[in-house]
Amino acid sequence: MRLGRTLAAALMFCGLGFAGPAFSETTVRIAWYSDGNEGEVLLDLLKRFEASNSDIKVVVDQMPFKAINETLPVQVASGQGPDIARVVDLGGMSRYTLDLRPYLKDPAYWEKNFGPFLTWMRPDGDTQSIPGFMTQLTVTGPFVNKTLFEQAGIAMPGAKATWDDWAKATKAVADKVGAPFPIAIDRSGHRVFGMVISQGGKVFNDKGEPAVTDAGFKATSQKLYDWHKSGVMSRELWGSVSGATYRGANDEFKNGQVVLYMSGSWQIAQFDKTVGNAFDWVAVPNPCGPGGCTGMPGGAGLIAIKTTKDPKAVGRVMDYLAGEDVLREFYGRTLFVPGHLGLSAKGVDYPAASPLAREALTVFTKGVADVAPLAYQVQAYRYNRPMFTAVISRLGQAVSGETSLDEAYKRIDADIAQQIAERKK
Amino acid sequence: MAVDTPHAATGRPMDRPDIWGVVVRLTDGPMRAVQRVLGERRMPYVFLLPNLAFFTLFVFVPLGLNLWYSLTGGAALFPSQRPYVGLSQYSFLFDCGSVLDASTCREDHFWRGVHNTLFFVVIQVTLMVLFSLVTALVLNRPIRGRGFFRAVYFFPVLLSPVVVALIWKWILQRDGVLNAAVTMLGGQKIIFFVDPSWAMFWAIFVSIWAHMGFYTLILLAGLQAIPRDLYEAAAIDGTRPMRVLLRITLPLLWPNMIVVIVLALIRGVQTFDEVFVLTGGGPGTATLMVVQYIYETAFANQSQNFGLAAAASVVLGVVLFVLTLLQLGFSRRKAGA
Repeated sequence: MRLGRTLAAALMFCGLGFAGPAFSETTVRIAWYSDGNEGEVLLDLLKRFEASNSDIKVVVDQMPFKAINETLPVQVASGQGPDIARVVDLGGMSRYTLDLRPYLKDPAYWEKNFGPFLTWMRPDGDTQSIPGFMTQLTVTGPFVNKTLFEQAGIAMPGAKATWDDWAKATKAVADKVGAPFPIAIDRSGHRVFGMVISQGGKVFNDKGEPAVTDAGFKATSQKLYDWHKSGVMSRELWGSVSGATYRGANDEFKNGQVVLYMSGSWQIAQFDKTVGNAFDWVAVPNPCGPGGCTGMPGGAGLIAIKTTKDPKAVGRVMDYLAGEDVLREFYGRTLFVPGHLGLSAKGVDYPAASPLAREALTVFTKGVADVAPLAYQVQAYRYNRPMFTAVISRLGQAVSGETSLDEAYKRIDADIAQQIAERKK
Repeated sequence: MAVDTPHAATGRPMDRPDIWGVVVRLTDGPMRAVQRVLGERRMPYVFLLPNLAFFTLFVFVPLGLNLWYSLTGGAALFPSQRPYVGLSQYSFLFDCGSVLDASTCREDHFWRGVHNTLFFVVIQVTLMVLFSLVTALVLNRPIRGRGFFRAVYFFPVLLSPVVVALIWKWILQRDGVLNAAVTMLGGQKIIFFVDPSWAMFWAIFVSIWAHMGFYTLILLAGLQAIPRDLYEAAAIDGTRPMRVLLRITLPLLWPNMIVVIVLALIRGVQTFDEVFVLTGGGPGTATLMVVQYIYETAFANQSQNFGLAAAASVVLGVVLFVLTLLQLGFSRRKAGA
């Protein structure tokens, strides 16, 4: 009897030993940030992936947006980064990306559906690689607290209204209802460039090099400066932090303190969830200027990192997440504008969206058509981050009263030149 | 069981052998062998070696790396991939019309940080030492609830700087507790962090609030070490309290005061976390400190200008080194006194 048990145990042990490789798991780490519910949706989708791919375990590290921008690049550069990351600085991260082509089932599907956005992710001079896909396409644009307009009894400016029209109307509303922020604009260089292009800014010279502080830029800067002086914009947002620190006004908007909030399509899910019935909010087309009515395109891409130890597993995870059905569900549940051309053409259903959110999504989707080619060029420019940071840092100083606008222009040009030269060393 | 094994440290016989006794017995042989080879005079260095190895790994190597980074350029992370640029990062930092006017400097943010840090250190250290002294003098007297007050003043020291800054941020923000009180009393809301003077005031205030307890404790210990008979003799002579303070208390407390001043100076120059969370360095660059400048230049804003940040840290390191030497000098003088 005892001998029998010993033999059985030995056989089980051997069996486990032989079966071992079948149970060995590859771990794929994803660094992820969330604006809304996309982290939850991703985890849900990955559970299904793991159920049918028992040899791959996917660990999602949910990180703050600040850490994605500041910590992740250093982590990745040191070779200690994740296998996959969701990032917005696509140009800056391009040197760390893995070309997924050898590991994908059908690279042609990727080219067909993500083609235009792949150029944003590719390193300099590379026209072929497939580093990842867009988890969302974004367009910057304003949200308006409609209830405040109704309470003030003032009509909202129409579709082709200018920034000056909005400044006048929002100030009147804020004065009447006692709202502290007539216009709030995210403290981000990216947001400013949409306005700059609308005001006729050319951003680049004939050689394609940055020449930011032209007449269009100065017109925009002057407006922003004057608005801070006249109270159309509160210094609480741009003036209360230093450098290129990002400062959004989503909390203030959700609290009903902002009349017009210039941000972008990624806020829709958040507002849909958190504003609830507190007030009516709408997305409106980007205000117009001599250069058009453009916002800035952008978005977050999910990129594969080249230091991964298991590119095959990374390829399988990416193939799954970029699949049309998976992305349809992802975009639909997160209320994101699709970054998949096939789905853009077919349209995505947003079953969980409220009527307000649906309307906002429609406005932003239409807004894509108004995005100026120059805005895409700025977004695709490898060194756009030094431009964004220099602009917001120096304009921040000017609106705080620390420097004059003329001094800010000189500093912006010098900062951009110095930072690009440093990166090119 | 051996019951007469002597204790490793005391040498007294123990009831039962302890783990340390076993360790000593196990290492005794090898250590004797090492001593035979090196000689008795070199043995202390063998004992220092483990600590020195850690110190080298975590202090000297990063220091050397930092120095190397300050002599290189580019955005690459690994030292081997970074081009050597000599002293150009330093010359960029010091390229100024006048260092007293940040706007004449090419890297004006660095100099704004230097000026803000200097201002912060001078005001904060002066006020903190003063308040700590007064608090220590009060808490040294036989007042009712002395233990409670000592705990109250020390409590903020136990909090993380980020927690301290967040608490005060919530108090001071537009809809914070302070503004609620102001409006309740019929006043207008004050947006503290858009005004450079208010922002610096609160940065200094919060820093003093957070750290005062620590320095008060050092001064209190100094006060309690002053012999009571001196005060009794002064009382018999009918000496006035102010004269007692100036002629007995302060001179005898002076060595502790020096330690407090130098420690506060070092801490002040290194200020980052509280101010960064509280004001973000704003408005504009009104509360931007040198350490925040270094952090942002290297890691934030995606600029990743490690070379420039490293050069700025070397400059800051030199200042801190001088302050540390001062502290060491004063401490030794105190020990020799």
